[in-house]
Amino acid sequence: MSQTFIDIKNVSFQYEYTQVLKNISLKVEEGDFLAILGPNGSGKSTLLKLLLGLLKPMSGEVQLFGQSNETFRNREWIGYVSQKSNAFNSGFPATVEEVVKSGLTKKVGLFKKMPKDANVKVEEALTSVGMEHFRSRNIGQLSGGQQQRVFIARALISDPKILILDEPTVGIDHENVQSFYDMLAKLNEEQNKTIILVTHDVDTVSNRISHVACLNQTIHFHGFKKEFDTISQTQLDNWYGHSVRKIH
Amino acid sequence: MIEAILNYEFLQNAFISGLIIGIIAPLLGVFIVVRRMSLIADALSHVTLAGIAGSLYLSQSFSALILLNPIYLGIVAAVSGSILIERLRRLYKHYEELAIPIIMSAGIGLTAIFISLASGFNTDLMSYLFGSVSAVSRQDLWIVICIAIVVIVFLSLFFKEMFVLAFDEEYANASGLPAKWIHFLFMLVVALVIAASMRIVGILLVSSLITLPVAASMRIAKGFKQTIIYSILFGEAAVILGLISAYYLNLAPGGTIVVTAILILLIVILVKKIVLNINAKERGAVK
Repeated sequence: MSQTFIDIKNVSFQYEYTQVLKNISLKVEEGDFLAILGPNGSGKSTLLKLLLGLLKPMSGEVQLFGQSNETFRNREWIGYVSQKSNAFNSGFPATVEEVVKSGLTKKVGLFKKMPKDANVKVEEALTSVGMEHFRSRNIGQLSGGQQQRVFIARALISDPKILILDEPTVGIDHENVQSFYDMLAKLNEEQNKTIILVTHDVDTVSNRISHVACLNQTIHFHGFKKEFDTISQTQLDNWYGHSVRKIH
Repeated sequence: MIEAILNYEFLQNAFISGLIIGIIAPLLGVFIVVRRMSLIADALSHVTLAGIAGSLYLSQSFSALILLNPIYLGIVAAVSGSILIERLRRLYKHYEELAIPIIMSAGIGLTAIFISLASGFNTDLMSYLFGSVSAVSRQDLWIVICIAIVVIVFLSLFFKEMFVLAFDEEYANASGLPAKWIHFLFMLVVALVIAASMRIVGILLVSSLITLPVAASMRIAKGFKQTIIYSILFGEAAVILGLISAYYLNLAPGGTIVVTAILILLIVILVKKIVLNINAKERGAVK
């Protein structure tokens, strides 16, 4: 039986007077490839922050690998890829290699030098996202999609069990989105990475994804992708207003 | 000039501290610039000046304090300033840059009060404002050496964490690094470097030695390590050429060092432009 990696139990959260998340329960099992679908303001960034331990729930509990999030120490098991656009300044003077290697920082630990095989690991991580030829380029010279792949490599280098991606397809050309999902699916299948991605765009919920969760303050749906496909537009409108359009 | 350095202790002091500062100021400067904190260095230097002016005033008023090296109160002021800036940045989350003018004006205000209270240490103060070749004492040199050791130890312990923090603060927090603590230590080290640099380049020009070599380096360097190496090379070049011309032309070293750093920056920008143009033409010719 596959292990439960993430167990969100009845979690609520509010900022001052605004309720953002209400009684959220969600389980993510080992090997899942889950898309959390929610429009702007649906609470998806808050949910991510709760998962990453940057916020504490007002009520309920978040468990990671069977441990309470508050006492969970193995942060390197979770590879986080933030929304590229606000994460860094593109003029930053660093090569792809330096950026990917920095993903080892937490795993190596304070006061310790990078291990000797770090360069081999950089090569492996870059190869698994198809970016091995860009190693010595400056990060600012790459396109949005290429940068996103480098950030995934940075997350992969510490060999996490889960990859969490925030709006990964923002800034990627439409025609490259498919190959981006192919790459994620490959990581999911071949390296058995559990993947959670958060998106506002139902269009990007590709067929490569195994599970979908519909979030708008609360979880309206959580199930297999093929079950999600049977949901009608009227039902989605009920959950999201008219901000999420299904394209057939 | 080499003979003069061998013969005169004050020249040795000035040159050795200059060479050390030429390394540590741009080294830390790379982190300051990429984290978009250049102006914080400026604000801190003005607070340091308040500490120096306060110390000069105290030593004038109380004869017991006459031997107190003003650099100590300068360091205290710089460190308190850096803590206050952090506090203010958290208080005004959405207007973080407000902390800079608040601290800067507080520094200048206090300096003005101490100067008028003492009404008569202008020559000494001048050397703190614009630097001096002759005013660096052996004690100053030892302080600079100690601060340099602190900088090197700090960076060798936290280099990889500092890189993550500079590149992507959100990621640093999400991956569970003690980002707040490292940032706090970083601010303290910045304050120390500013206090250390002021004897040579002067308070008003400290931030230039922190930022100008980095600005030049970023035009041509590939990657982070290279940025650091070029920054230090440019910083050293500016200090050496600046100190030599200050000595021969009898000018304030702060001025000559900064003008040299600006010349280096201009040359780098120009050369880079020419190289880009040539490359573009070659590519055009191939087509």
